[in-house]
Parts: sequence; structure tokens; C-alpha cells
Amino acid sequence: MIQTSEAVRNTATLNVDQIRDDFPVLGRMINGMPLAYLDNAASSQSPRQVIDAVKRYHEFHHSNVHRGVHTLSQEATGLYEEAREKIRAFLNASSLKEIIFTSGTTDGVNLVASSFVEERLNEGDEILITHLEHHSNIVPWHILCERKKAKLRVLPINDNGEIILDNLDDYLTSRTRIVGVNHISNALGTINPVKKIVEAAHRKNIPVIVDGAQATPHEIVDVQDLGCDFYAISGHKMYGPTGIGVLYGRQELLEQMRPYRSGGDMILSVSFDKVVYNELPYRFEAGTPPIAQAIGLGAAADYINSIGKEAIRNYENMLLDYATRKLGEIPQVRFIGTAKDKASLVSFVIDGVHPHDVGTILDGEGIAVRTGHHCAQPVMERFSIPATTRASFAFYNTTEEIDRLVAGVRKVIEVFDA
Amino acid sequence: MLNTHTKNLYQDVILDHNKKPRNYKVLEGHSHMAHGDNPLCGDKLDVYLTVDENNVVVDVSFIGDGCAISKASASMMTTMVKGKPIDEVETLFHEFHKMSTGKLDPDAEPNHLGRLKIFAGVRDLPARVKCATLAWHTLDAALKGERIVSTE
Repeated sequence: MIQTSEAVRNTATLNVDQIRDDFPVLGRMINGMPLAYLDNAASSQSPRQVIDAVKRYHEFHHSNVHRGVHTLSQEATGLYEEAREKIRAFLNASSLKEIIFTSGTTDGVNLVASSFVEERLNEGDEILITHLEHHSNIVPWHILCERKKAKLRVLPINDNGEIILDNLDDYLTSRTRIVGVNHISNALGTINPVKKIVEAAHRKNIPVIVDGAQATPHEIVDVQDLGCDFYAISGHKMYGPTGIGVLYGRQELLEQMRPYRSGGDMILSVSFDKVVYNELPYRFEAGTPPIAQAIGLGAAADYINSIGKEAIRNYENMLLDYATRKLGEIPQVRFIGTAKDKASLVSFVIDGVHPHDVGTILDGEGIAVRTGHHCAQPVMERFSIPATTRASFAFYNTTEEIDRLVAGVRKVIEVFDA
Repeated sequence: MLNTHTKNLYQDVILDHNKKPRNYKVLEGHSHMAHGDNPLCGDKLDVYLTVDENNVVVDVSFIGDGCAISKASASMMTTMVKGKPIDEVETLFHEFHKMSTGKLDPDAEPNHLGRLKIFAGVRDLPARVKCATLAWHTLDAALKGERIVSTE
């Protein structure tokens, strides 16, 4: 049965119009058309609640944290630590000591590579990742393996873009020092069976780091339920500011790890002969942190909670189904990434038209999509394509915007006579 | 109908060169060649030249993969430089580069760009400038004896 946009929208449980009012940028005109922002997997927009929290901090509370006895410093410290608690609850970590503020997911992976894996990795050892990874979960491991003469092994994916788990046990060897896997693929949207991978790895006492950058805006993330050892996220993928992220690490492992960056705030005492490192999580937060951004991230977690993850997932699944059906009606469109379990994004190619031309023409219509290799070149090679066009949806997107996307794609095909 | 913003760029001439690129082949017996890469887009192309003893480009060709802008630009470049002395080719490269980055208005200032003026629209699309100039950078590298060029 074909439903109209309006009918589909009325079945959703979210008040999208009200939500859209919270996002000032959604009122913009681009090239004379209302902005249809469908590039949320690259970076999501911030609601007024996040922008205001950052602004309020700058206008009323700005000072350095963990230092002064004066009022502003205490307020700033209070807000910063309050944000840590919000993220702890958001990820359901058991302790605040397990929540380390970073600059983003990339920073989190690098922290684990340098402070945890490096000293455990010897010549001939192995690091296991998957063919679906973003460059941020490939390159740090590649560099480490090269330096240590270790081997980077890769779990394959099938034609739907799902990790093939059949031979997982063969990939988890006595030489495997860590497993890196993303929770949701940024390029294809595949939701990976992270819990299953963690269980298999833990049976052999192999730790697992999860790149959760794409999961926090869509999934209920419970690090204790997943059982993973590390979980890295980015603020700007979940409606928060850029320059802030979080690394969750199991306390038992963090306790054993040496510092990552060094300087102020990560020490208890310093003399020229001896340095005593600070307790967790501060040991891994050298220097003045991105205070305003951390507070903004806390506000973003509040905002997501206020809508409710269940409602978000239902609504976004409806958008995904709608986009898949509508774009699927165009014969020239070929989807890349057709996993059974998918987050709300569609990656596709149009035979005979390069994605960058698609992106430019859609931009002319006010529609923002990502075109390129999505920092996942191995995924592109797996499907023998240079790039895709990717439309990724958030809870503030509408079926009307998807209708505009579909019309834009039809226009591209007409112009290129594809 | 396309928005005016994109219509300026995706004109019939460009769409035609994209679909039927001219001089699209490996040039046998070439004297110069270079490989060009635009890692951001995944555009890749090879430019081949045969330059004679009088420093005239007697033949030129390209092969590669990329977006319509990069392909049409490469195709039209080959039709423009064939038969020209290399100092004139270098002048065209500089003028094309300046036009693409908005530093030369081909309708207001003297230039030799001729039908290449059709690419002037990329100056409004900063993300696409590299697509239009990749072939020219690669040609320039080939003439200078460099074999690999990247626009990143």
C-alpha cells in the first residue's frame, strides 16, 4: 500500500514540527530553497537547548575547572562534572571514573591504541578489525602494527554489508591483542552484532573497543550490557558541539593504563624527580579540557532523553523504510548496504553519474547529502565503487524532505540522461 | 529544470564531454605523462602528451574516472591544447586556474580561455574547483616531468 507523506507522518509518535522549532539552522534557506539537512551521519545539528547551554556557560560561568577556589571556577567545575554524570547515565557506565572526555571518537581510539594496546603488542601479534570500519578505527591500528611488526587482520563482510561471523573464532587467536568494531557503519548504516563479537572475544580474554560514533544518536547504548571494554563516541554526531567526545573504559583496564597526553590536571604531584599521576578519569584529561563543549554534550544527552530513544528509533525506522521504498522505485538507483539491521541512512549509486555531481545538483535544491567515500575506502573497494551518495536521517527530518530528495535524484537522472 | 546555481555548471557542452570524452585513450609513443589524483573525490586520471622538438604539443590524450566536471574538463583541455606550443599551454593552465578560483573574470579581463569559459561556474562551488583543475594540474606535472600529482 502506498501511503502519502502526510499519512505516514501522522503515524509517527514524535511531534516533529515542535522538534524542528528547537533547531534554528533548519529554518535556513539554501540556494533559495528550505534546507533539507540529510547529512546527519557526518554531523548532526544542535538544538537551541545545546546552543543555550554553551552560551550560558560563556556568559555566566566561564573559568578553568579543577583549579580555583573562586566562585566561577567552582561553578565551571560543577557544570563540567555534571556533564560527565549525564554521559555516564547515557551510556549506563557503572562509574564516573570510566568516563573520559576526549576530543572525539578518533581521539578515543588513539588513546586506547597508545595507552593500552601499544605496550601489550609484540612482533607477530594481531589486531582484529572489520571491513566496515571508518578510517579512524583503521589507521591508528595500521600505524601501531607497522611499528610493532604486528598483523592487522580484517573480518570480511557480505554483499549486504554485514560482517561475516562464521569464522570469527578462527580470527580470534592466541595472538589477538584487541578487537576493534564499529557499532553502526557510517558508510552503509549496518548495525553490527557487537554483543556477540564481545562475547566471542571475551571467551578468549581478548578486549574489544567499539567505535560508537554512529550509534549514540540512534541506539540505546548500554556499555554494561554490551560488555565491551572501551566505547568511543563523538559529541557532534549526537546533536552536541564539535571538539568533544567521550571514551568509556572499564575501570579495571583504565587503572592499568599509562597516561596518554601529559601536562596539567592529570597529575597529583610533580617534582623534577617524581610525578604522581592523578586518579581516574583525570589521569587521561591533560590540560584545560573543552569545558563549554562538554557542557553542551551533556545538554545534548538531556535533549535526546527528553524525546526518548524508543520514539526516536521508531520514527527514524519509518523514515528509513520510506526512503528505501521511494528511492527503490527509481530503476537507476542501486543501494550499497542492504543489511537486515540498519540505522536510518541510505547509501546509493546511480549508474553513469558520479556522486559528486549528484551532491552538487541536490545542493542546488537545498538538499544536503554526503557524497564521497565516507572515510571508509575499504568499504568502497569491497563494492568496486569510488564513492556513494549518502542520505542520513535524524528525528527532525520529514517524509516531505525525503520526497524532495527523491525528486532531486530524478532530476539528476534526467540531466545526465542516465 | 535545474536551479540557476547548478545550471551554470551543468551545461549541455559539459554533459556532452562527460558522456563522450574526446581523446580518451592511452597515447602510444607519448613523450610525457602523469597520473593525477583527487583523493577527496576519488577522481583519478592519466594525461599523455607528445611534444615535438619545437616544443609543440602535437598530440594529447587522457584516461580516468571521475565526476562529470573533472571528465569534461579533461576532455575539453585536450581539444584546446592540441597543436599549441607549451608556453601557450602553460598560459592557458594559469588562466584556467585563476578563473576557477575566482581570480580572473573571463568576461571582463583579457584571456585566451575561449570555450573553456564554460567552467567559470565552479568558482561558486569551492568544493568542485579541484574537480575542474585536476586535469590541468596533471598536464602541468607531465610537462614538468613529474609523474604523480595530487590536488590534496
